Amino acid sequence: MDALAPLIAAAMNAGTPLMLAALGLLINEKSGVINLGSEGMMLVAAALGFAMTVQTGSSVLGFVSGALAGALMAGLFAWLVVWLGANQVACGLALSLFGVGVSASIGLPYVGATIKASSWSVPFLADLPFVGPALFQHHPLVYGALALALALAFFLYRTRAGLVLRAVGESPESAHALGYPVRRIRLAALLFGGACCGLAGAFMSLVYTPMWVENMVSGRGWIALALTPFATWRPLRVLVGAYLFGGITILTFHMQALGVPIASQLLSMLPYLATIFVLVLISRNVDWIRINMPASLGRVFNPNS
Amino acid sequence: MLELIPRAEPSRRMAWLSPLLALALTALCGVFMFLAVGKSPLQGLWVFFIEPISSLRGWSEIGVKVAPLLLCAVGLALCFRANIFNIGAEGQLVIGAATAGAFILQFDDGQGGGGGPFMIALALLAGAIGGAFWASLVAWLRDRYHANEILVSLMLVYVAQLLLSYLVHGVMRDPDGFGFPQSRLFDAGFLLPVWPGTRLHLGIVFALVAALAAWLMLSRLFTGYRLTVGGLAPLAARYAGFSSRRALWGCMLGSGALAGVAGACEIMGPIGQVTPSVSPGYGFAAIIVAFVGRLHPIGVIFASFIMALFYIGGELSQTRLGMPNAITGIFQGILLFSLLACDVLIHQRLRWRR
Repeated sequence: MDALAPLIAAAMNAGTPLMLAALGLLINEKSGVINLGSEGMMLVAAALGFAMTVQTGSSVLGFVSGALAGALMAGLFAWLVVWLGANQVACGLALSLFGVGVSASIGLPYVGATIKASSWSVPFLADLPFVGPALFQHHPLVYGALALALALAFFLYRTRAGLVLRAVGESPESAHALGYPVRRIRLAALLFGGACCGLAGAFMSLVYTPMWVENMVSGRGWIALALTPFATWRPLRVLVGAYLFGGITILTFHMQALGVPIASQLLSMLPYLATIFVLVLISRNVDWIRINMPASLGRVFNPNS
Repeated sequence: MLELIPRAEPSRRMAWLSPLLALALTALCGVFMFLAVGKSPLQGLWVFFIEPISSLRGWSEIGVKVAPLLLCAVGLALCFRANIFNIGAEGQLVIGAATAGAFILQFDDGQGGGGGPFMIALALLAGAIGGAFWASLVAWLRDRYHANEILVSLMLVYVAQLLLSYLVHGVMRDPDGFGFPQSRLFDAGFLLPVWPGTRLHLGIVFALVAALAAWLMLSRLFTGYRLTVGGLAPLAARYAGFSSRRALWGCMLGSGALAGVAGACEIMGPIGQVTPSVSPGYGFAAIIVAFVGRLHPIGVIFASFIMALFYIGGELSQTRLGMPNAITGIFQGILLFSLLACDVLIHQRLRWRR
């Protein structure tokens, strides 16, 4: 039992960046835009957030600058795909490739730098046996991500603004005809998604690993992208998926530590293979995916045509 | 405010101008970038764009980079034309290098024996099969289970890289290599012939042949026509009875094999052994090459040249100006952004609205 608590804690930690990024991407996709730039946005935010924290000593500033960097990159993406009507897939890929280069440049002087690891815990609850160390000794953002999932579920299905957002993703033509500013709504959704990916990236370099290594996001941005169909575009199911994948990542570490006679490289493949497996599992039923997917996902909308 | 008005028909002039405009924009961004880090922009642009092509050595080094880029990009261009977003060429390249390397290490006795043109051809074939196999996984999961090929091919890149790392740390490791994770150097009989005095190897010929063959297929053969229609108008293609499954399998196997050959050429060319990192992201850069080359096999030749120039320019500005190596990736990304933005003007024109 005592060995289980740190495992659960580690899985929650590992799942948090996935959850933050996937929730942001979910809002993007609900507005009808798919952003394949998540890996790039997370990397730039991770590098910038780390650099800011080393420079100023304040991790809050690190998180803020990470979120801003993500939003800024999403803004560039939004200008290209929402206003200019460029291909979403190609632009997203460009954003990711661009982000790899930019983050490596930003992070170069900070390779090997350290930041003070801060310990957090929820008063009273953290002292409980078992559940305390498992659930209540986390960075505030771990709970922030959980709250975000709840808030987004409420926003999407219980508020008028959420309804409008979903309408824009389902049928931008109708939303436009009803007088809603489709492009501005998409811009707002993309900026929000970018900020979420930025927070996720900053969490990686400030809390999860606390350091900067080139390409340290190592595919988590892409895994987050796979989480949205996994969750059939429902925020609370993102929560399940993110912790599941966090758990798989942690399991691979622990299997190594326990001396399971499998090479570390083969164990490290597990999250990627699991992503493929999950994709296959959910994609098998075409109708099921189609019912849940925002109908205009990936399509260009030009109000002038 | 400026706004975009759809054109009655796409502008042919803009289709040609757009890549040039994008290149100019990229250079302009480069000026600001060099200014931002306190370097002379003139010197920076000179080192990045002009110096690599001012000597025969520079040209041959560009050729060394064109080979893998072009091999990957030709296949990707065909895929993208058919609306199959295979973005895992990097993984297919890595597996191609691994299988070709496995073949060579099997038959290379390390005593200078073995090798020769026939064995080299077989090693290249092994690379092609490896790459095609890795791509076939994507095609199979897409065909059988409708799994998104973008995410699957990407996840397989990470798996491929880990697999290669596993192999060179294990069975492929040189026992006399002082523990370094790399295979022994291949015998000369297993290396591709090179242009005397340079590192330019036969791979560039394969790449150019592949591009020409793809061009012939697209422009002269019915297969190419079916592919293009399938990508532009899937419903029309289905109505005409063109099989989208055949396009999927054909494109994936073809592009995987080409990427695999690229990987084989890398280890039998400039690298000369199997190492944990056989590619500085050629498979990803090839995505940009395919788009910048307008998904046209001949356009892709020019685009791969530009992208190779960025690699050499990046290396030079690292040594000459102390810029980070990642500058190559930044330039590549900016070029693709600029192109995608400029391409908007092919189908639309700008208009002032008061």
